[in-house]
Amino acid sequence: MSSNATATVVRTGAGSRFVIYTLLALFCLYYLLPLYVMVVNSLKPLSEIQAGGMMSLPDVWTIAPWASAWSTAQIGVEATGLRPFFWNSIVMVVPAVAISTVLGALNGYVLTKWRFRGDTIIFGLLLFGCFIPFQMVLIPMARMLGIVGLAGTVPGLVFVHLVYGIGFSTLYFRNYYQQFPTELVRAAMIDGAGFFTIFRRIMLPSSGPIAVVCVIWQFTNIWNDFLFGASFSDFDSQPMTVALNNLVQSSTGVKEYNVHFAGAIMAALPTLLVYIVAGRYFVRGLMAGSVKG
Amino acid sequence: MGFLDIKNATKSYGAVKVLHETDISIEEGEFLVLVGPSGCGKSTLLNMIAGLEEITTGDIAIKGQSMAGVRPADRNIAMVFQSYALYPNMNVGQNIVFGLEMHGVPKPERDTAMNKVADLLQIKHLLDRKPGQLSGGQRQRVAMGRALVRDPDVFLFDEPLSNLDAKLRVDMRTEIKKLHQKLKTTIVYVTHDQIEALTLSTRIAVMFGGHVQQLGTPKEVYDNPANMFVAGFMGSPSMNLFPARIAVENGKAVAKAKLADGQDATLPFPDARGFERHDGREIVLGLRPEAITDRDGADRNSQSVHVIEAHVDITEPAGSDTFVGTQMGGKEVTGRFRADVDVHPGQTFPFAINMEKAVAFDPETEKRVS
Repeated sequence: MSSNATATVVRTGAGSRFVIYTLLALFCLYYLLPLYVMVVNSLKPLSEIQAGGMMSLPDVWTIAPWASAWSTAQIGVEATGLRPFFWNSIVMVVPAVAISTVLGALNGYVLTKWRFRGDTIIFGLLLFGCFIPFQMVLIPMARMLGIVGLAGTVPGLVFVHLVYGIGFSTLYFRNYYQQFPTELVRAAMIDGAGFFTIFRRIMLPSSGPIAVVCVIWQFTNIWNDFLFGASFSDFDSQPMTVALNNLVQSSTGVKEYNVHFAGAIMAALPTLLVYIVAGRYFVRGLMAGSVKG
Repeated sequence: MGFLDIKNATKSYGAVKVLHETDISIEEGEFLVLVGPSGCGKSTLLNMIAGLEEITTGDIAIKGQSMAGVRPADRNIAMVFQSYALYPNMNVGQNIVFGLEMHGVPKPERDTAMNKVADLLQIKHLLDRKPGQLSGGQRQRVAMGRALVRDPDVFLFDEPLSNLDAKLRVDMRTEIKKLHQKLKTTIVYVTHDQIEALTLSTRIAVMFGGHVQQLGTPKEVYDNPANMFVAGFMGSPSMNLFPARIAVENGKAVAKAKLADGQDATLPFPDARGFERHDGREIVLGLRPEAITDRDGADRNSQSVHVIEAHVDITEPAGSDTFVGTQMGGKEVTGRFRADVDVHPGQTFPFAINMEKAVAFDPETEKRVS
């Protein structure tokens, strides 16, 4: 009797679980479908795509579209492939992320542990900076870059992203350091540590999780940015996103969909990689930084 | 001039004055405890000595040298914090010598100093651990080690025991006292626990509302409280305070307090002690529970034990003593009887009152009368 009852419970449990998993699997498929289409079509000759059958696996497997997208495809007027623009993006992203993270950490440290008159106003203004629409600053920024002689250069783009990035990185670090016990800073002051020594020896070693969050956030945003890239770069300083657009939008010749797919995956790979490597710290850091308290 | 001089120091945040003019001077080797309820300004005063808070007006001097504008690091002080404030990323050894490192002491000397302190506090086996792996008591020791290793002029303790459980707190209290007797260092110690204050200190500053209410040795503060706040705050159970009327007869002062049955208890003071101008007026009489006992428990050395019959409202056996409640002057009054006295609620029982220990306060100003 009782075993019978248990069996019923298990059977109904399995039934509902089946429904849940089926639904989840369907959603999963649905979300993965675009990636499947991209990967599959980047690995087949153009003729197979033109013959229809976007969904089918390639008859002839080839990496030629990848090679073409990387080094020979026509971007704008020159057949350079995406390679030089990939490096443009790297050279732009790395310093922009590094500097905005360090400055954000410093800002957070000052705003929480070295409070001064008007600090909340400054923080408020920085926060406000996070939410100014990109479009609004385009023209003033172009003017500024022109005045300081950074227009159309990679350092110019680094500067723009830095300015936009500091608001968010400051927000992250400030919230994180808010939880950081002030008594530690005071103890270090009595021990004789100065402003930067406390930052380097006491604060930074405890900032791992929030630094990861900040790096992922900045990296993804700056790497994926299109508007600033399109507005403030010349042909030789264009980031990957703009070059990809030029590759796909080029109006001359046949549209090489397989090359476009390969290029698009290339442009997405670095952010994907960052998520895979540091993703679990991301969730952990978000919990530690902004949710707690 | 003392070793540590607080001269007319005040602290204001904007228009709010959190510490009023404060004068405290202590000698080298003294153990000063700042005690008071939260918000009384004791931690603010400690932080001002440490240099973590600026002094609004007045001055603080250590060894005769004004500390105005001197950074905390250059004051030759060390501080133990309530939360211990151990650096979480460093191990115990690194925590202890961080201050020496910052002051440019070479590595071999740092290690010698570290080992000496670790021996003293018996934490040698913990040197390689991170603070997160330590128990509360161990963290407390490490925090003290970090202070000791600096060999400072003044030690500052900010409620160092309040995060420990009751048993450990008593043990550490004894240990701090021993340490002070051994090292003879100057200590300023903040606590809200009056027992800690009485047991540890050579001098106590009782603080309330940003004022030092009384500065004195533990005995002075306990036996001769300057006002009703100090009387009520120091001691546990706290001093009984109840209204009584003064009458001066034949050069002797007598306090009359109404008992529960409506009768007046007549309590003669040992002498007139300046009660003349209060003749016929009401005062607040203060009697510690141990000054209200059973007849055989009364202090034999006292010349002025007076026995009254009073109604027993409640008895609270506490193992070593029995606390007996009655009414005087319309207030609950607690007496401390010996544990084996056969006393029950509802009885009328003889209470022996030691009037040598009685103190009187002006009900208006709350200040001491006699």
